[in-house]
Amino acid sequence: MNLFSAKEITKHYANVTALQNVSIEVPQQSIFGLLGPNGAGKTTLIRIINQIIAPDNGTLLFDGRKLEAKDIFQIGYLPEERGLYKKMKVSEQSIYLAQLKGLSKQEAVKRLKYWFEKLNIESWWNKKVEELSKGMQQKIQFVVTIIHNPKLLIFDEPFSGLDPINVNIIKNEILNLRNQGATVIFSTHNMASVEELCDYIALINNSETILQGKMKDIKKAYKSNTYEVLFNNFKDDIKSILNPDFTLIEQNKDEDLIKAKIQIPKTYTSNDLIQTLLPHVSIHSFIEVLPTMNDIFIKKVNEN
Amino acid sequence: MKKIFLIIQREYLTRVKKKSFIIMTILGPILMAALFIIPAYISQKSDQEKTIGIVDETGIFQNKFSNDDNLTFKILNSDITTAKATFDESNLYAILYIPKTELSAPDSCILYSNKQPNIIIKNYIRNTIKKEVESLKLKASGIDEDILKSIKTSVKLSTIKLNEGGKEEKSNTELSMGIGFIAGFLIYIFIFMYGSMVMRGFIEEKSNRIVEILISSVKPFQLMMGKVVGIALVGLTQFILWVVFTFAIVGIYQTNFSIKNSDINKTQQNIVINQNLSQNSTAQLQNNNSDNSEVNQIIDAIKSIDFGVIILSFLFYFIGGYLLYAAMFAAIGAAVDNEADTQQFMLPITIPLIISLLMAQFVINNPDGPVAFWLSIIPFTSPIIMMVRIPFGVPVFDLTLSIVLLIGGFLFTTWLAAKIFRTGILMYGKKVNYKELWKWLKY
Repeated sequence: MNLFSAKEITKHYANVTALQNVSIEVPQQSIFGLLGPNGAGKTTLIRIINQIIAPDNGTLLFDGRKLEAKDIFQIGYLPEERGLYKKMKVSEQSIYLAQLKGLSKQEAVKRLKYWFEKLNIESWWNKKVEELSKGMQQKIQFVVTIIHNPKLLIFDEPFSGLDPINVNIIKNEILNLRNQGATVIFSTHNMASVEELCDYIALINNSETILQGKMKDIKKAYKSNTYEVLFNNFKDDIKSILNPDFTLIEQNKDEDLIKAKIQIPKTYTSNDLIQTLLPHVSIHSFIEVLPTMNDIFIKKVNEN
Repeated sequence: MKKIFLIIQREYLTRVKKKSFIIMTILGPILMAALFIIPAYISQKSDQEKTIGIVDETGIFQNKFSNDDNLTFKILNSDITTAKATFDESNLYAILYIPKTELSAPDSCILYSNKQPNIIIKNYIRNTIKKEVESLKLKASGIDEDILKSIKTSVKLSTIKLNEGGKEEKSNTELSMGIGFIAGFLIYIFIFMYGSMVMRGFIEEKSNRIVEILISSVKPFQLMMGKVVGIALVGLTQFILWVVFTFAIVGIYQTNFSIKNSDINKTQQNIVINQNLSQNSTAQLQNNNSDNSEVNQIIDAIKSIDFGVIILSFLFYFIGGYLLYAAMFAAIGAAVDNEADTQQFMLPITIPLIISLLMAQFVINNPDGPVAFWLSIIPFTSPIIMMVRIPFGVPVFDLTLSIVLLIGGFLFTTWLAAKIFRTGILMYGKKVNYKELWKWLKY
């Protein structure tokens, strides 16, 4: 079942088309990667989901019904352009933002204390924001985004400005939240984190969705039957032993190990490749090369 | 509604807790009270005592100079050359030399001093000599001194307002002018101060990048109105504290001051009694009386002014004018990225305000003329101009029309500003101009 879906969303700014018939379906309890090059319309779509701006056309469904104004209490949004009041105390400001999301003051304090302790930042409680580094502020913004236990979380570049240790902490928290039942829309240009986190993705380019679905299925659909083989004890040209239908994409020699990338036509299987190689070399490893999200992204966008 | 309240609360509390607010709140009344007290204090306090030596070859004038707190006259029993020679050691401020001369033309008097003597001293000496010469001349022509005294008259024109019920009420034009101008000026300052506070608030939120976080929880209109109302309350708080503190300081000063005053009155009375024998006494008494009647008149006039109406209308025109302009300030704050870009949009806001302030001086002289009427009706100028008119008494029709139009005016600017605000608040890195704003209005 889908927690959120947008159908045929269109949005124009004066003469510019930001979104043209864009549809996305975000399944319950999944991490949904919203991808696309700069200026593709991701931010506009996210703002429409947050009801910051209204679409010209299209329907938005939340939890099986039409998206309503009160649903903003069920959505937590960490925008890409984000910040905090510099002169305010961390505690005052987190409580204020939590209250704006509908929590009572006592409840806000209780939950904030819990999260500050969990993320080891309780010593910042009485500090002013201007005393904190950018990365520290990101952590506070993260806490504030999730404080009201929203059903739908939207993170726009959540890892920018964080060191690897904090990236890991936040990554794990996002996975935890998903496991506890939250649905996450995750927008980023960092394809490595998309591969790590996302269950589903949608790729938007030039105001349109050009690719959408389960990440595993997409990867499968884009695989090119390429294998990476590691072997040794071979002096001759590797091409001489290969079936002429196979293509050697690249090879490089490291000490006495040779690494070769070989693509085979769809009519062959991996076993055919192994069979060809076995009489000549001793294989150390054999692995299918799946396309990275990075490759798919670049390929699809360029095609488009 | 709850969210607007939360925003109002934050805007109010963070500003009221600021050091600059506390300092301004304390400093403001001290400055304002100083405006009342310092002139009084200075005029009361004697400045450095000066002694002027007199060398009067005629012998007529030397006793006519009376001493006061600041000025002492000392008759030098030497001729002018020795007086001049010993000037440096004598501690004198100046030497007044009146040579023996024709009574009809004593124009060869000389004031020697090592500094340029101040104008008050010069005038005092000149007047004393002039008066003496005049009375000598009059006496010479056979007019009695008593008649001379009785000729001196001071004319007072009392103004009395005839109210609708035929009730008479003492009024004082100068006082109404003063109150009207001060009230209008305060409104001008308050609109600018707190209006630009709204603008800076939004620029701050934009450059902090907190605005998108806020906008995902509250509607842009709520954010705008929350800040506008929150800052209005800051302004009202500051105003009320100022009024209370100013009155407190002036009050404390006055209690001390009036005790001193009664002391002075007592000594003055003693002097009067002592001098009763001398011929001057009658004139002095008369003077005292007339002074008193003037003070009483001012007190009467102050009593006649309806402070209830003035304070209520001040509050209304302050809030109304502020709301009208604050909405526009908010739109500018939302449209630009930094304060430097606000310049081009400030002009349409500043022009009506400055025109009001300039016209206020004209309206004060003619508070019932057509210019006063129109400017106090148009919402953009009415907050200042109507406040200038109110102490003079304004017809109910004018007042009602002005109030209704002002309410309509701020509803209109708020509606307009909200449209610009909505688009501008999430716009970054775009050089905004009027054409752009016009496009936003149509989104």
